[in-house]
Amino acid sequence: MDWMQITSALFLGAMVVFLFPRVKHAVANSPKAEKGDWMSFIIPIAAVIGFVILLIMMVQ
Amino acid sequence: MNPMNISNTSVHTSELATNKVLRNTYALLSMTLIFAGVMAFVGIMTGIGHGMALVADIVAIAMLWFVLPRTANSGAGIPVIFAITGLLGFGLGPIINHYLAMNGNIVMTALGGTGVIFLGLSGYVLTTKKDFSFMGGFLMVGMLVVLLAAIANIFLQMPVMFLVLNAAIVLIMSGFILYETSSIINGGETNYIMATASLFLSILNLFQALLHLLGAFSGNDD
Repeated sequence: MDWMQITSALFLGAMVVFLFPRVKHAVANSPKAEKGDWMSFIIPIAAVIGFVILLIMMVQ
Repeated sequence: MNPMNISNTSVHTSELATNKVLRNTYALLSMTLIFAGVMAFVGIMTGIGHGMALVADIVAIAMLWFVLPRTANSGAGIPVIFAITGLLGFGLGPIINHYLAMNGNIVMTALGGTGVIFLGLSGYVLTTKKDFSFMGGFLMVGMLVVLLAAIANIFLQMPVMFLVLNAAIVLIMSGFILYETSSIINGGETNYIMATASLFLSILNLFQALLHLLGAFSGNDD
């Protein structure tokens, strides 16, 4: 194990520590999804998945 | 004065403010992306190593956490955001060099793909005006899980996990683009410097994750 791996792990660990209170706050304070909200999220994400598959096929 | 007129004036003022934040965000985002591109080019040309790139990333993230929130409400926020995006762009040098050596098409495809995804998702939110604020908790938890898994994979070095992580990053960053754009147009984000920082990070992470995915599936990754 070299210093790069240790530094990367420490860096990501610091990000987790920094992010954790924000995650707790976001989970506690995010408004609840209403009917149809998740569908409006799934449609563009499905399009992104399809597009990424297309890009992968292009470079193969 | 008619109360209806007061209400209409208030709505109109709010819409103008939202349009201003959106316009300023996209203007600053364009400039920071160009600057990051120039700095990435400098990183490629000077052939910086992974160690130097890691240092540039750490300095940029430290500035993002500790300096930007203190300066974002003043003009001082502009040079800070350029410094952050420039360092992050510079830090891309070794990764781009690696994939350029493998197959230059991968870099161009990842770049174009990132642009199409960003414009498509932004266009979707701007057209539908949907409020994605309900996704805040979900995206943050997803980000936390990805970070923990990434730490584990530094030690485990599992190629499959690396691919799954990058696929997850593409989806989470796409979610963040929807969330942040919706936050700007629905008045949740009123600071264009912070909005730019958030969108820039989503685009940067999306680009890097796409680069890794395309590199892995192109058949000539080592």
